[in-house]
Amino acid sequence: MKKFWHQKLTMAKKKTKEINFAPRGIGEEKDGVVQKGVDLPSPTKKKHKSLGLSEDDLKAMYEQMYLQRRFEERAMQQYQKGKFGGFLHLYIGQEAVSTGTVFALNDDDDIITAYRDHGWGLCRGITPKEGMAELFGKAAGCSKGKGGSMHFAKTENHFWGGYGIVGGHIPIGGGLAFANKYDQNGRIATCFFGDGAVDQGALHETFNISQLWGLPVIYVVENNGYSMGTAAKRHTVAEIVDRAKGYGMKSKVVNGMDVFSVYEAMKEVAEDVRKNSEPYFLEIRTYRYRGHSMSDPQKYRTKEELETYQKNDPIERLKTYLKDEKILSDDDFQEIEDKIEEEVLEAVEFADNADFPEKSALYDDMFAEEDPYFHN
Amino acid sequence: MAELQFREAIKEAIDEEMAREEKVFIMGEEVAEYNGAYKTTEGLLDKYGYKRVIDTPISELGFAGIGVGAAMNGLRPIIEFMTFNFAVLAADQIINHASKAGYMTGGQIDMPIVFRGPNASAGQLGATHSVAYDSMYAHFPGLKVIYTSEPDDAKGLLKSAIRDDNPVIFMESEQMYGMKGEVSDEDDYLIPIGKGKIKREGSDVTIVAHGKMYHVATQAAAQLEKDGVEVEIIDPRTVKPLDLPLIIESIKKTNRCVVVDEAHPFAGFAAEIGFLIQREAFDYLDAPVQRVTLPDVNAPFSKPLFDEWLPSPKNVIDAVNQVTYRS
Repeated sequence: MKKFWHQKLTMAKKKTKEINFAPRGIGEEKDGVVQKGVDLPSPTKKKHKSLGLSEDDLKAMYEQMYLQRRFEERAMQQYQKGKFGGFLHLYIGQEAVSTGTVFALNDDDDIITAYRDHGWGLCRGITPKEGMAELFGKAAGCSKGKGGSMHFAKTENHFWGGYGIVGGHIPIGGGLAFANKYDQNGRIATCFFGDGAVDQGALHETFNISQLWGLPVIYVVENNGYSMGTAAKRHTVAEIVDRAKGYGMKSKVVNGMDVFSVYEAMKEVAEDVRKNSEPYFLEIRTYRYRGHSMSDPQKYRTKEELETYQKNDPIERLKTYLKDEKILSDDDFQEIEDKIEEEVLEAVEFADNADFPEKSALYDDMFAEEDPYFHN
Repeated sequence: MAELQFREAIKEAIDEEMAREEKVFIMGEEVAEYNGAYKTTEGLLDKYGYKRVIDTPISELGFAGIGVGAAMNGLRPIIEFMTFNFAVLAADQIINHASKAGYMTGGQIDMPIVFRGPNASAGQLGATHSVAYDSMYAHFPGLKVIYTSEPDDAKGLLKSAIRDDNPVIFMESEQMYGMKGEVSDEDDYLIPIGKGKIKREGSDVTIVAHGKMYHVATQAAAQLEKDGVEVEIIDPRTVKPLDLPLIIESIKKTNRCVVVDEAHPFAGFAAEIGFLIQREAFDYLDAPVQRVTLPDVNAPFSKPLFDEWLPSPKNVIDAVNQVTYRS
């Protein structure tokens, strides 16, 4: 027996190839070229009326997406001018996901997301002034300047905030749903995270518990193709959506560059989750046009790849639809865009001139009580 | 007064608070059908049902985070860890989320949550089941940390912890669960968080000791009494907020202090108390403050090594002799 094992080992040794730990993910590399970020599924063919969206809804959707885009473009300029520091993770390119979702959910359904959170905040009622002031670290910011770019929140509108630890807020999303079920209040929770977060253990623990307890929650990966600088194909095995299968969880892939597709899927899934009190996992495929953060040189992707996705731009897509359907004219768009541009510029001016928090604010908001203990 | 085991005092506190407030629930490994790994939740499932007494998978990160989300969204969770040694897996939720979500959203989030379970060593359980974490959690702003030594304190402080609107770490000990003590039978018995207690009066030396180490200190004090040394024992009960005035008052009387702590020495509770005493009572000290802690070594399994590792009454007596210059 001993001899046999020895022989086997020797044989194995001869066949050994050079060891490498280069990630081997979904899809194949062709001729050394990394395949593009995400494959977008076909968008819905339904028109707005059959989705139950009015012309006013469409106009509001366009305004919301355009606001998110211009808010961030202006924020980026201000950052580059040195008006504020810290991190700045831009959502540009992904606006259809937040917008389609918020229009599909009830206003008191709960939303929690990761640090790429500006679009979500604006969508759930953080004003451009409150948002920009938060970026500038001003007391008038939505989180009183205590959170910055990564921690926008407006809990009165059931937007529980952006969270900075990748995957850390996934169980918290489950907890929001747990409380809704406990209180039998009819609300569902939705929890958004990037494709990098699917590799965290938190996701797996939470998926298991959510399915076990029938939590009314939609987990959504906004798969933008990159976990910081590592392509999805290089950081995770198999299809992301298939993570749900191991837990017997319902799942679906959605085109996140088309606001109608997001709206349609979210409406249907929210109804299912609310009715059956069971979790759901959505992989919404999208694309971020900017780097992971402002310091990202973006050497992991090609200009051509970026341009391919920009041809599917969610804002341009809706604009084309609205024009084709003769719902809005060029003049209407000019009016909307001017109005939003003005609103964003006012927000920048407001943030720039607003006061920083008083030094005493350092100690505020640490504890629930008025006069808490601080060790020193 | 009723005589209760430590575990019964814990159970009474949970039971009373669950009866009082519908939003309070308990979740953790083996808390429901098994009646608690250490029987601190015995009978609660029968009384409150599966909605409020919830068995979890072995997923500390997952269920601690679900607790955090539930607390944000209006509930008052009690999260039981089978030991705080396992809570390390949930540290992201406790340290990065529970203690910070309110602050970083400018006060928009309340976090009424209790993380509780046994802390520190419990006999020969090896290196990964024997660590005292109270100093570590006390390091982080936004957390209150309680580690009690007797059933009465446990009941009164756990009830206060469950009613607190902030995250509270509440620590117990596997080795104290069977320990009996008089517990107040006052209706709705609450001990304020942050108040220590003089548990033994004496004029020669102050010993500061909490949790399981309180009992090591009392054994040492009994021995020392026979030698004519009167020890004053202060049990801070709450590690943070710390009842520093109580400690300083005692030192102004005794002029000597030994801190007994079941954590490792570096940057622990004993180190902090030592610093605070030199700052607040330097002129009152007749000897440098001494500490008795674990060595800077992992917990060994072997009985003689384990006994060498854990602070003992002998170690405390030696330290007292040092500060009283009797050695």
